[in-house]
Order: sequence, then structure tokens, then C-alpha cells
Amino acid sequence: MRLERRLDQPRLLLVAVPVGSLAAAFVLMAFVLLATGHNPLATYRRMLDSAFVADGGLTSTFVFCTPLAFTGLAAAAAFRMQLYNIGGEGQFYLGAIAAVGVTLYLGDLGVESTPLHVVAMSAAGAAAGAAWAAIPAVLRAFAKTNEIITTLMLNYAAGLVLTYLIIDSKSYWRDLESFEGQTFPLGKSIPEAASWPGADLGLLGGVLLPLGFGGALALAGLMWFVYRQTRFGFELQVIGDSQRTARFAGMRLRRKILAVLCISGAIAGLGGASFEGDFAHQIDPTGLQSSFFGYTGIVVAALARYNPLAVMPVAFLLGGLQNAGFTLQGADFPSGLVGVMQGLILFSALGGEVLVRYRLRLGRAVARAGAPSEVAP
Amino acid sequence: MRGITKRFPGVLANDRVDFEAAVGEVHALLGENGAGKTTLSNILTGLYRPDEGQIELYGEPVRFHSPRDALDAGICMVHQHFRLVAPFTVAENVLLGDHRAEGRKLVLRPRAIERRVAELGERYGLDVDPRARIWQLSVGEQQRVEILKALYREARILVLDEPTAVLTPQEAAKLFETLRAMAAEGRTVVFISHKLHEVLAVSSRVTVLRGGRTVATLATADATPRSLAALMVGREVAEARRVERGGPPGDVALALEGVSVAGDRGGLAVRDVSLAVRAGEIVGVAGVAGNGQRELAEAVYGIRDLVAGVVRVEGKALRAGDPRSAIAAGVAHVPEDRLGTGLAPGLSIAANVALKRYRAAPVSSGPLLRLRRMRELAEALVRRYDVKAPGVDTPVRNLSGGNLQKLVLGREFDGEPRVLVAAQPTRGLDVGAIETVHGYLRAAAASGVAVLLLSEDLDEILTLADRVVVMYEGALVGEVDAGAASAEEIGLLMAGGRGR
Repeated sequence: MRLERRLDQPRLLLVAVPVGSLAAAFVLMAFVLLATGHNPLATYRRMLDSAFVADGGLTSTFVFCTPLAFTGLAAAAAFRMQLYNIGGEGQFYLGAIAAVGVTLYLGDLGVESTPLHVVAMSAAGAAAGAAWAAIPAVLRAFAKTNEIITTLMLNYAAGLVLTYLIIDSKSYWRDLESFEGQTFPLGKSIPEAASWPGADLGLLGGVLLPLGFGGALALAGLMWFVYRQTRFGFELQVIGDSQRTARFAGMRLRRKILAVLCISGAIAGLGGASFEGDFAHQIDPTGLQSSFFGYTGIVVAALARYNPLAVMPVAFLLGGLQNAGFTLQGADFPSGLVGVMQGLILFSALGGEVLVRYRLRLGRAVARAGAPSEVAP
Repeated sequence: MRGITKRFPGVLANDRVDFEAAVGEVHALLGENGAGKTTLSNILTGLYRPDEGQIELYGEPVRFHSPRDALDAGICMVHQHFRLVAPFTVAENVLLGDHRAEGRKLVLRPRAIERRVAELGERYGLDVDPRARIWQLSVGEQQRVEILKALYREARILVLDEPTAVLTPQEAAKLFETLRAMAAEGRTVVFISHKLHEVLAVSSRVTVLRGGRTVATLATADATPRSLAALMVGREVAEARRVERGGPPGDVALALEGVSVAGDRGGLAVRDVSLAVRAGEIVGVAGVAGNGQRELAEAVYGIRDLVAGVVRVEGKALRAGDPRSAIAAGVAHVPEDRLGTGLAPGLSIAANVALKRYRAAPVSSGPLLRLRRMRELAEALVRRYDVKAPGVDTPVRNLSGGNLQKLVLGREFDGEPRVLVAAQPTRGLDVGAIETVHGYLRAAAASGVAVLLLSEDLDEILTLADRVVVMYEGALVGEVDAGAASAEEIGLLMAGGRGR
């Protein structure tokens, strides 16, 4: 058995392989479920039900997938250019902090217009995410520092900022007045008017489509347009393919690196703003840090092959999976098993990628050293 | 080797190839790029297994399952890209991978190996200091180490893949002597090349491959350059000859004044180079690989910063390290690395054609691209320069070397340049494509473009250039008139000898 590089990648495979690997993951998981004494079919049914069918199922799936859509788009924007922004996590936190700060301030000023709150929160979130990403961006563009390390480290810094604001200090973000707030450190709730409106889809007994998800959808479309139809997008395509070629063509690499990392940070920060406006309504340092939206966004982007349009369905599926896993957990269904299932699905999805690029040949190995990459042209 | 067939996805690399080399001969394997020479030698050395056919060694059928089997059978290969460990000494490299008695010992005795290496070196005229470390050696010396490795392992069959590409004419002549001496002792040397005169100079028999098949095997004595070229290409080829172009050269279009450039590993790669190229003139820069030619070309075009000096185009100084300034002044560049510097491999032909024009009309209007215009431009260019491709949406990485180069040349000429910097424009191309590229370069000069041609192929420079300068260790060490220059004279300069 051996792998051969495919000379061209049939379009059908781009769809068939992900679907096939998803099916494979469920078959594999069936064995695990049987071994642990669960009925696989019933379990899958419960999952499908809780994530997409049951009353409120889709609504809570959107709660999981909206932030993933933003962090997925953020990762896709940077990774496409071979700028490995692992910092979506931290940029997401900073976006949330700035958005909540601005909206609290507006509330104190007595502003009650929801659109104003939404716009201010979005702007503040995007700006803060971009500013946080600007640190590694400048280091990368001017000092050639490895952005993987700097962005990752800044995630921890951002996590500490969260903890500091709510737990270790009496900051503007902390609730010091309510009874709960005095017994346990809590974030201040944002004003009523700052709660982002959703659109009732009017199906399955009322599914609420959050504003953030609509925003992410529009953003994905915009990104696709920019890549395909604009000069800026053309430059990004070339830089993403070969930096040497981009330099050869006279493109200003530094500016593009700065721009792309900041845009990526801004998208993640916008995700943070949407998360607060749509769902959380207050800064919850432990909750934010344990949901790993930023890191999961990288997985979303990878599964979507960094294609912004594909990010949306992938985020929806992964969000549903997380939601289903959440509801499955219980006395008879340990959370470890949920983890195993999610792991299996990711594992086969990423493993399936190999089949898009390579073809599996059965037969005896021909070459041990020197793969057919050394093929004479 | 009988009836060897080897398929790769989409390619039939060897199609029932027969090849036979006798004991005590230097047998040349001649063919264009892509004719299947390298595949065949990889099968002979156990790197690939043939899909069909069989190998017989001294009358016995053998099957190689790995390169080690081939090594054990006494077959050694000197690859185009050396397999040496740079921080190790010559002796250590010779020992490396030798799994017979000496290499298997827990405690090595370096002195004994060094002595043996020195002995072998003396016998075959391969003088290298066995204690020198590889990184201290020149490319020619490194090649000698590769041959010493084979001799140390008592190879009975030595396969050399394009061994002269990195050598000066003098070094190549010395290599040929060594090869003949080895053959005279009853070893077999398989010499892979696409250079006719080398094949004629060194071999006793030639096997010509074309399109993955054996075309002919003949005694070198019965061959002429013309007959071999015809066999190799499958048709008559005009012999490369210098063509005088009429008309006096124009004004100085490109001027380098005291240009120094830093190399990738620190230090100066180009030292204080001053040079002028007139409109309509081809100036050839000759030199052994790695003497600063690539850095010089990149500095002129602006993708490499200058440490000192200035580059002027038609009198105006270019902004150092800024390719946009060079492009605006009319400098075109055919880079040494076409795929990866000159072209974006994963993008379509259309995108690559637009690479330098996307900023302005008609390819873009304002911030938006006009994709249809982009395609039309690409289609026109593909037609005009005869680039063979399924369509302009094909990613360029799927094109062959010759078509890639046509695409780069076409794009660069389309910008109506004043100056063309061409670095190794025909490296790796087959005879037919080389002819085409040479034609384009001549046509460019004839239309008044100042051409700076950097090439390691001395024949190419002598055929095309009006004037030849020689680069050695980053400096220009001599200038000769192309009409009067001899290959020997230039070769001496390339090796660091004194000019006139």
C-alpha cells in the first residue's frame, strides 16, 4: 500500500472526501459506543436531535457556531498567507473586553439606542483585536519574529488580563454592586439596549438566528470577494503562494503582513464583541478561557481549507457537534466519551485530507527512498 | 538492462528501455531533459523499481529492493546534488553509509581511513585533503569526494548524473581523465549528460534516449555532434553558432557603478562590480556556479539590497532594493529560479501573466480586478509565445520547464523593457526549448534592449554575447570580446586565474 501524489485534484473529491471521512468517524465511534455499552444509533439520534432538531436545539447550536465562525474566518485570513496567527484566542478576549467596556460606558452615559450600541461594540472589538494582533504583526514584519510563538504567548497574556479585570481588581468591568457580585467575582452585565437582536427564523418552533452569525456570513462573502476580485486580494494570493514571487512582482510585503495580521485580529476581536452582545452579556473570565473558541477556530479554518465560504458550514457542523456533546454529557454518558467522539471526527476529517492530495495504491511498494516527487518531468 | 518500463502518475518515464554497458568502458547516456535518463539511472541504482523489465549484472539477473542492494552489487552513483555532510571531514563522509567491515566498527580509526583516502586520491588524480571539512571545499572538490566514496567502496560500476554542470572546462577535462583511468582498470562508468561535446570527449559508446525510449546505441567514434543531436531531438538541429547582429550598439542603457551586494550567509557575494551594457548589446557574465551571479542579477532588479554602489538605467539611478523602481525604469528579469521567484506555482497562468501588470489598467480599475481582461491578456500571450497548456486557468506548476520559461520570457518582454537581466535562462531546458529561448534573447537585443546574460554554460555565452565578463568570487576578473575569446581562456578566468 502506498500513497502517490495526485497530479490534479478532482473537484468531486473535495466534497466526497470530507463527507466520507465524517461517515467513517461515525462508524469508528459506533464501535467505541458499543464497547462502552451504549446504543450507537440511539446516541447519534440524540445528537442529531439535540443539535439540530429539538426545540431550541438550533438556537443553541448557533451560540456555539457563531464565535467559531469568526475565529475560523480570522484564522483563514491569516493562514492563507502562511501567517500562522494562533492568537485568535487572545484577540477574541480583547475584543470582548473592549466591546463590553464601550457598551458599559455608553450605558452610563444613558445611551439607549441598540444600533448605536451594536456599532460601537463591533468597532471597539475589531479595533482591540487588531491592536492586540498588531504587536506580533510589527515584530514579524520588521524583526522577522516567528508569529506562531508571539501570537501564542499573547493568548496567555490576554487570559491574564481577563482574570485581572474580573477577579484580581476592582475594575470598571467588574460587578461590585449586586449581591452575587459581592459574594463571587463577576463581570458587570451590559445594558439591556446593548443586547444584540436576533432574527426569528420561524421554523421548528422558533429558531433565533443571532445577529453575529449574519455578520459572519456577510464577512465571509466579503472576504471571498476581496480575494477574488480586488487588487489587494490578488496580492494576497501571490504572497500566499510564494513570497519570493511577490517580492519579484514589486509587492510591498511588510505592509501586507501588517495588514493581514491586523485584519485577522480584527475579525477575531469582532467575534469577541459578537459573543458578548449576542450571548454572554458580561465578561466571564473562566467561561471564556475554557471554551477555546480561538483554538477551535484554527481547526475550523483548516477543515475549510482556509476558504472563507467553506468556513461557515464547517463552523456550523462543529458548533452542532459541540452543542450535541454538551447535551449528551450526563450520568450515563461521561464527558470523556464526548471528547473521544469529537476527537475521532476531527482525526478522520484531517486524515481524509491526505486522500484529496494523494491517491492510495494497493500493491507492493516500489520506492523506499525518493518518493515520486523526483519524477522526471 | 532489458525492456525497462517505469510509469509515474501521468508520465511514462521509461518505455521498454534497453541499455547495456560493457566492462572497462565509459558509456554515455545521452538525452534531453525528460528523456528518462535520471529515471533509468535511479532504477539501476535501486532507488526505483522497474514496473517491467529486468537488470542483469555480469550475466546474472538481479533485483534491487533498495539502494543498498545496488551498493552491495558494486553500483555507486554520483548525483547532481551531492550527498555529503557539510560539517564532516572528507574521510568521515567517505566512511558514512559504508556498512562493510570498517564502517560497522564501534570505534572508528580515522587515521587508517584518511590514509586510504589519500592513497586512492593520489592514484586517480583526485587530490583532496582527507581531513578537510566538506564546507571548506569547492564544488569541484566535493565532486571528487563523491567519486572517492565510490572508489573506497570498490564500486565496479559508477554512474555520474550530469557531473560537469558545476565544473570549469579545466576541471571537467580532469574529471574525464579520472573516468577514463577508472574504465581502463576494468570498471564501468555510466556518464549521463545532455552535452554533446562532453559525450564525444569522454565516452567510448553512447546510448541515446528520447521520450523514454532507447533510440540508438553506437560507438562514439562513429558519431558526430550533428548526428547525435539529430538522434536526441528526433530532427536536424541548427548547430549553435554565433550570429553577428548588424548595427552598432546604442547608448549605455544599464550601468553598474561600484556595486557590492551581501550574500545570504553574510559577507559580500558581489564585490565592487562596475559594468555598462549598451542598448542592443548582449553582455555575458560567465562564471562557475555560486560566484555571485545570482546575487548580482537580483541586485540589479532590486530584489536584493545593495551594500554599496548604484545601478543606473538610462542614466537614472534606481532605488536600491526596490523592484518597483526597476520595473518602472523598464528592467525585466528572468530569474534563475523560474518557479518560485519568477512565477507563483500554485496560481493560474492568467494570474502569473498579470503578475507585474495588475496594478494598472487594463488589468485593474481602481481597487478592482478585471478578471476577463486578465484572461484575454494571458490567452494572447500563450498564443504568441507558443506556451503549451490546457488553458489559462491551469496552475503553472503543471507546466514543463520549457513552457514555464516561455511564459516568463513572454511576460517580461510584454512589458517592453529597456533592460533585460536573464539569469540561467536555459538551465534544465531541452535542446528545442533552448533554441527558442536563444531566439527570443537575440530578438530582444535586435530590438534595442540591453541584455545582461548570466550563465554557467560557457557555450551559451559564447554563442549569444557580444562581450563577455567573467565573475569569480563576486568580482569581475576579466573582460573579453566574444568574437575573439576562447573557451580555455575564459575557463582559466572562471577558475580564478589571472586575466590578460
